[in-house]
Amino acid sequence: MDGNLNALTTVFTEFYYWVTVVFMFLIHVGFCMYEVGASRNRNHMHTLMKNIMIIPLVTVTFFFFGWWIYWAFPMFPFFGGLDLEAGAANVPWSETMGTNLGDRITGVFWAAFLLFSWTAASIVSGSVIERIRSSALWVHAVLIGSVFWIIDAAWGWHYGGWMVQYLGYHDAYASGVIHAIAGGYALGVIMVLGPRIGKFAADGTPRDIPPHNPWLLTIGIFLIYTGFWGFYAACNVPAISPELIDGQITGTTWTATNIYLAPTSLSAITFNFLMSLSGGLMAAYVVSKGDAFWTFSGGLAGIITASAGNDLYHPIQAMLIGAVGVVIVYKLHYWVEKKFKLDDAVGAVAVHGYAGFVGLVISGFVLWGAPSSPYEGYAAINPVGQFLGAVIMFGVLGFLPGFVVAKMQAAAGVLRIPEEVEIQGLDYAEHHAYEDAKAAIIAADKAHLATKVTPAE
Amino acid sequence: MSTIGYKDWAVDLAEVGAIYPFQGWEVAMTIVGVIFWLGWHRIQFVREGEHLEKAKKMGDPEKIAKALERY
Repeated sequence: MDGNLNALTTVFTEFYYWVTVVFMFLIHVGFCMYEVGASRNRNHMHTLMKNIMIIPLVTVTFFFFGWWIYWAFPMFPFFGGLDLEAGAANVPWSETMGTNLGDRITGVFWAAFLLFSWTAASIVSGSVIERIRSSALWVHAVLIGSVFWIIDAAWGWHYGGWMVQYLGYHDAYASGVIHAIAGGYALGVIMVLGPRIGKFAADGTPRDIPPHNPWLLTIGIFLIYTGFWGFYAACNVPAISPELIDGQITGTTWTATNIYLAPTSLSAITFNFLMSLSGGLMAAYVVSKGDAFWTFSGGLAGIITASAGNDLYHPIQAMLIGAVGVVIVYKLHYWVEKKFKLDDAVGAVAVHGYAGFVGLVISGFVLWGAPSSPYEGYAAINPVGQFLGAVIMFGVLGFLPGFVVAKMQAAAGVLRIPEEVEIQGLDYAEHHAYEDAKAAIIAADKAHLATKVTPAE
Repeated sequence: MSTIGYKDWAVDLAEVGAIYPFQGWEVAMTIVGVIFWLGWHRIQFVREGEHLEKAKKMGDPEKIAKALERY
């Protein structure tokens, strides 16, 4: 770190990403609370454990190979080979992937991406509760968290990714690269997994399976909102000079940038985060006729719909886009549920997948012609590029691998829990042991009391 | 001898890079780490399969009915 300004910028950037990571932890806490609140009493512990163990499994695999994929895959395999030079600094045996006084950024930058990985895996986890085997879900968690989402990030969320260069793909706050892909992946898995017992009546009419604890759900989604603030900040580079960007920007004015190193500001994205949240909440309240579950989820879907362009939108545009997205998502969710008999237990496919897809398409029109990058020769943002990007995120890297891997697991008989266990509950053995232990200790205490008490005369 | 390569901090920090123990063994550590990860999956997969097989025959209809009522 030569010079005080350089040192200050480095330490500020290190601290900035560290703070975003801590905030983003709340997303996972929120998902856990949401899933437990939505599950029934007899499945609580397994539901919680299923989501908690995503944390270590995705973390270690993101260390072993996920982070390398991001740096090595921007042009691979369609437009070039692996970028082994950029990848070399990000393999698990690189000196910069550890305690290193010469590099203070890799660790926090890796962690910021890692928390996105947890989110992607956790989105899938919510839709499959109460009937998937934990071992099966954890394989999906590693695949979506440390392989497929990070491939899409290399292609479309990297300043040198081929989707950015050739399609003009723009997705500043991850409508597609996190939400559409995870929603698509979840759709692929639940198509194979099937609905929970009782979800559909004999005539095919879907039944609502109400949350066991709506208050836990509410706190969960508010924690997700809170963590989402950190997510937004983590998508930015906080302060960088035009010289360091080395693009077309002239002058010497430092700026915050999005992940593509194109200029924006924290202030801009704060406006748009809040306005798209509000648009989503308001539209969801109206379209769902005040249903609490959909209103709260609609806030999230509003942000997700506007996220692709929230670095550039006007706040009123963000609000309206969030609102439009929510109406489409709500209608689509019920149409798909009824038509294809799919049980998306927490509405993850809709809130993340459809909202992300729709948000990408809308941004292609609203931001048509805007530069996707500060570098010369890149395609500008356009509707075709954004639509193709949405198909790649939701369909090619999301739905397809989720469906194929779930099919393989189903063929091997290791995807779904046995019917008997689903009815008695995944926690039956633990409940049983708890109740037996409780009965035994109460009986012992009563027996002890009987030996000490002198009968009244 | 020092496992991190430095016995004191009388150094110019601009010249200092990695300071974790056993530098040079990163590839071996990675192999151990990957075995630990895959081993965990294997152990968990086998245990869960056994547990679910047992759990299929575990249910007492009366207790299950109570659990269903409790929602």
